[in-house]
Amino acid sequence: MRILKDLLRSPAGALGLGMLALTLLATLLTPLLSPYDPFALDFGNTLLPPSQAHWFGTDNFGRDIFTRVMAGAVYDLRLALICVFGPMAFGVMIGLISGFFGGRIDAALMRLTDIVWAFPFYVLVLAIVGVLGPSEANLYIAFFIVNWIGYARIVRGETLLIGRLEFIEATRVLRFGKAQIMLRHILPNAVTPALVYSMSDVVLTVQAVAALSFFGLGVQPPAPEWGLLIVESIDYMREAPWMTIAPGLAIVWIGIAFSLLGEGLSVALKPKG
Amino acid sequence: MIQVIFKRLLMLVPVLIGITLIGFLLLQVMPGDAAERAMGTRASAEELADMRRLWGLDLPIWQQYLLFLRDCLTGSFGVSIFHKKAVIALVGERLPFTLAIVALSTLIALVIALPFASLAAMRRDRPADHVIRQAFVVLIAMPPFWLSYVLILWLSLTLGWFPTGGVGQGLAENLHRLFLPSLVVGLSTAALIQQTLRAALIDTMKADYVDTARAKGLRRHEIFLRHILPNSLISTISIIGVRVSWIIGGTVVVEKIFSVPGLGSLLIDAIVSRDLPVIRGLTVFFAIMVVIVNLITDILYALADPRVRLE
Repeated sequence: MRILKDLLRSPAGALGLGMLALTLLATLLTPLLSPYDPFALDFGNTLLPPSQAHWFGTDNFGRDIFTRVMAGAVYDLRLALICVFGPMAFGVMIGLISGFFGGRIDAALMRLTDIVWAFPFYVLVLAIVGVLGPSEANLYIAFFIVNWIGYARIVRGETLLIGRLEFIEATRVLRFGKAQIMLRHILPNAVTPALVYSMSDVVLTVQAVAALSFFGLGVQPPAPEWGLLIVESIDYMREAPWMTIAPGLAIVWIGIAFSLLGEGLSVALKPKG
Repeated sequence: MIQVIFKRLLMLVPVLIGITLIGFLLLQVMPGDAAERAMGTRASAEELADMRRLWGLDLPIWQQYLLFLRDCLTGSFGVSIFHKKAVIALVGERLPFTLAIVALSTLIALVIALPFASLAAMRRDRPADHVIRQAFVVLIAMPPFWLSYVLILWLSLTLGWFPTGGVGQGLAENLHRLFLPSLVVGLSTAALIQQTLRAALIDTMKADYVDTARAKGLRRHEIFLRHILPNSLISTISIIGVRVSWIIGGTVVVEKIFSVPGLGSLLIDAIVSRDLPVIRGLTVFFAIMVVIVNLITDILYALADPRVRLE
């Protein structure tokens, strides 16, 4: 609660949170805002430009783009959040273990992160999905393999720093259990920078998820996923540029919201005093 | 110095082995057998058996790995099923285009980031700084594949300034054709460099020698151009090195969209045609490229700043 208050006090955090709340509200209210079905074909109304009746215009099948972009918001946000926070949970635990126990475990885990880190992000994700085959489940697997690394590194560094602080020394002197020291005393402090990092991770992951479906390697049609909406628009780019522009702006909107949220969090979570 | 470089090279050995191991595991975790995946369901039992023998899939797993390691060490990185050529031969044909995009986009990123980072650092925490920061936030939020199409729509189809893709003959034409894809990669890189350079500049401005220069009566822009900027750029080099993985990854996306026959297009085409040896060899090659560029930037960094010691 205190964090939320601090977050709302920073202009960037408040704006980012507001943008996200607005997005969620809009997706919930879509049935009220738009009388259209995201999948219903209407061949009498194809490629219409944005108007009062169709805010973002219609596509080559006469589907209302606003309705489809809103349906995509639910879809893309769910995918991106799973692809970020799943690996984050794993990476944070690995980083904590690595930093806390040190020694050989630490050396081995850090060499592993060095090696995975050498692969360019898009190359590794594309290769994994390419080898496993395109599907939503394989998308999660690919992101899981790649995305935990950053968190493991950040949290390990923090754990090393915090482990040297006096209050952790005190818990050792008081003979607290290792699990208790790690989970109750180090974790809450070490996880802060990882949380800030996760916000910029969401920005890039939303883009990467869309890019994979764009190449036919992620979510499959007819899902109203933003990347798919953009692929479907390419052949009509000249006559109906709104088909390309609207879903892209949705990605940009979400990206700005999470960037601002990250900026706000970095202020709100900064230790005081 | 040479001794230190040699030591660094030696330290790369375990990393390179790890990279080939991951490339190898990539095909091991695949459902089904590599031969079946590559040949599809229509292949006969004999064809599959031939394939397995050709790839050594009938050997124990550790021997299969050693075979792949041999392919990497001899420099072939495996043989493409589709092109019937060594992966390295395919890489050789396409590498120049990818390197051209990497170089051009880094240049574009510097040209964009340098003035904005300087302005933001000099006007720290004032409106100009905030406006620049938010502008770059918007830039980072744009997905590169979408930005590519927006630029094609605007600069190619509407204004006719650039071709929509492909490569041509000669340096001038290729620079013209590769400009848009490089711009897309350069813009996202610019955002990263701007943030780092701004922080480095602000840091350098607090240094004692800057006070000395001011006390000597040097003019503000002289101090900035002769002392602050060069010193801040040095630390930015190492950031570009760290980010090179990101830049190289970004080329994959734009190459496919702008039909540039580079390594990224090769990777996507290999995935579509299920050319598994190419996927594996190329993935490993990409990682080795990143490791080498990182090493080179580390060495350059040490040469540029004598205080830095390579470990």
